[in-house]
Amino acid sequence: MRKNSRGILQKLISAPYLIWSVIFVILPLFMVIYYTFTDADGYFTLKNLATLGSTENINVLAISLAIALIATVVCLIVGFPLAYIVTKMKSGGQTVIMLLLMLPMWMNFVIRTNAIYVLTEAMGISETFTAAIMGMVYNFLPFMVLPIYSVMAKLDKHLFEAAHDLGCTKLQSIFKVLIPLSMPGVVSGITMVFVPSVSTFYISEKLGGGMFMTVGDKIDDSFMLYTDYNVGSAFSFVLLILIIISMAIMSKFTSDEDEGGVLL
Amino acid sequence: MNNVLLRLRNISVKFDDETILDDVSLEICDKEFVTLLGPSGCGKTTTLRIIGGFVSPDKGEVWFENGLLNDVPAHKRPVNTIFQKYALFPNLNVYENVAFGLRVKKTPESEIKKTVHDMLSMVNLLGFERRDISTLSGGQQQRVAIARALAVKPRLLLLDEPLGALDLKLRKDMQVELKNIQKRLGITFIYVTHDQEEALSMSDRVVVMNNGVIQQIGTPEDIYNEPENAFVADFIGESNIVDGVMLEDYKAQFSGHTFECLDKGYAPKEQVDVVVRPEDVDIVPVEQGMLKGTVTSVTFKGVHFEIIVDIGGFKWMVQTTDYQPVGANIGLFIEPDAIHIMKKSEYSGMYGDYSSFSEDFDKLSDAEEGSDNA
Repeated sequence: MRKNSRGILQKLISAPYLIWSVIFVILPLFMVIYYTFTDADGYFTLKNLATLGSTENINVLAISLAIALIATVVCLIVGFPLAYIVTKMKSGGQTVIMLLLMLPMWMNFVIRTNAIYVLTEAMGISETFTAAIMGMVYNFLPFMVLPIYSVMAKLDKHLFEAAHDLGCTKLQSIFKVLIPLSMPGVVSGITMVFVPSVSTFYISEKLGGGMFMTVGDKIDDSFMLYTDYNVGSAFSFVLLILIIISMAIMSKFTSDEDEGGVLL
Repeated sequence: MNNVLLRLRNISVKFDDETILDDVSLEICDKEFVTLLGPSGCGKTTTLRIIGGFVSPDKGEVWFENGLLNDVPAHKRPVNTIFQKYALFPNLNVYENVAFGLRVKKTPESEIKKTVHDMLSMVNLLGFERRDISTLSGGQQQRVAIARALAVKPRLLLLDEPLGALDLKLRKDMQVELKNIQKRLGITFIYVTHDQEEALSMSDRVVVMNNGVIQQIGTPEDIYNEPENAFVADFIGESNIVDGVMLEDYKAQFSGHTFECLDKGYAPKEQVDVVVRPEDVDIVPVEQGMLKGTVTSVTFKGVHFEIIVDIGGFKWMVQTTDYQPVGANIGLFIEPDAIHIMKKSEYSGMYGDYSSFSEDFDKLSDAEEGSDNA
């Protein structure tokens, strides 16, 4: 009896989320798939996907992937050492650095991006590829640092002493102990940076000065400028497939048992 | 005696103004099994970490044979450590953990294979090569740690309370196993523990430490039979420690009686501490007793009874196989060789009276040992 009532209670509590996810996640997903495979009159077609095969659109996809990849790599190169340095600090210092890292995220990202724009102007690199990458790294760096930091902070410091004891130099122990054991955090970080990077639209448009288009910009244009839901959905669909593939590849780098990662 | 392998000279260490080690000097011979013994915070683990290269002393020198080790980093020292909580690499399986040090040294694969096999065979873990560390029991992890440290063939092995996390039965087995390995491989062991029984049963020599100072260095027999001061006498085994006066050579007066003893070389009428081990006291009828008292408590310990006898307000502990009821008036007889005389020290009067004796005190102090990292 008691067990039963608890079951009902659990269902009641989870009901709002269930309804939410059906209306706002699952249903839209099916709508995307529906629009992808139909034309303006609602008939089945592969024309929308075929449109993406044009040289221009292939370029857009390639550029989006390239930008996201570069931004992710830069975030990793900057974020990994940063996370390591923070774990080496005294706990007071750790709190301050993490707060500084989180602080910009409390502001709207349009404002942040415009601020970065002014900054790139001052540096003389406004409306360039570099500026776009800079803006993305700035926006997504916390998502790289946080999961790596949370994994590193939990590592037993005696493991480094043991590596040192067994003949590793400081550098060797980074490659043999720190990096392998931080992998769950690294994988989460890469996922959390790569996925939003590949589909972002405002940052690249604003900071890149319209010199190149990303998938995000294309989707934005399809819906807002041309009100062509079908091609826009096709772009979304292809992007979704690309993200699923890259996440599947990433998950190969970490086993299921590893703890501490935020995602996967 | 073998040649000296490791020499600590006047080592002092302070952490945040707190003195951890105060002028510690120690020599350790080749192939010797030396135990650093003391309560938590006595500096034994710090001494080990200095030898391992994880702590730099503020003052003093560490010599290994004829080389000064102070500025040699840990990875270049001919010394390996078995850590308290094993510190096995969780991302590597048993084979790769044992092979770790060999791979760092770029050992040929065929040699790695042979060494890992030999090491796992020595610690009885053949067949566990592909197992994940997380699937092993504490005792098995312990043995992987031993195999991993010995695979790189250290001249000197440092063991930091390696058996602390194991249950009693396993501890006893591992004590024997470790001692056998040490003898077979002929490697020098420096072993840190707070367990006096472990220290006595395994070591060639024991270094008793307290408050960052070495209290006594000696063989287990020396340490037990001839403790240097009241701290050592109390820390190693049970002791009745009473104030006494050396009347002349071979004559000590304590508890209102003059005893013959085997000690000499004290000034006439010198105030001393007198140690009598509980198992060395014989119970005799009151009229034959050198000391006379009343039994206040009896505890059955299996091998013997532990009885507390009130002699003029001072509570003595006596271990005997003869049952004595509480309230009985008995006499105590002490042979001359059961009496050990010690010079007065800073520890005089702090230990050796069983008025406050309680099992709970022992348990409470043991519980703190787990967090000992000093």
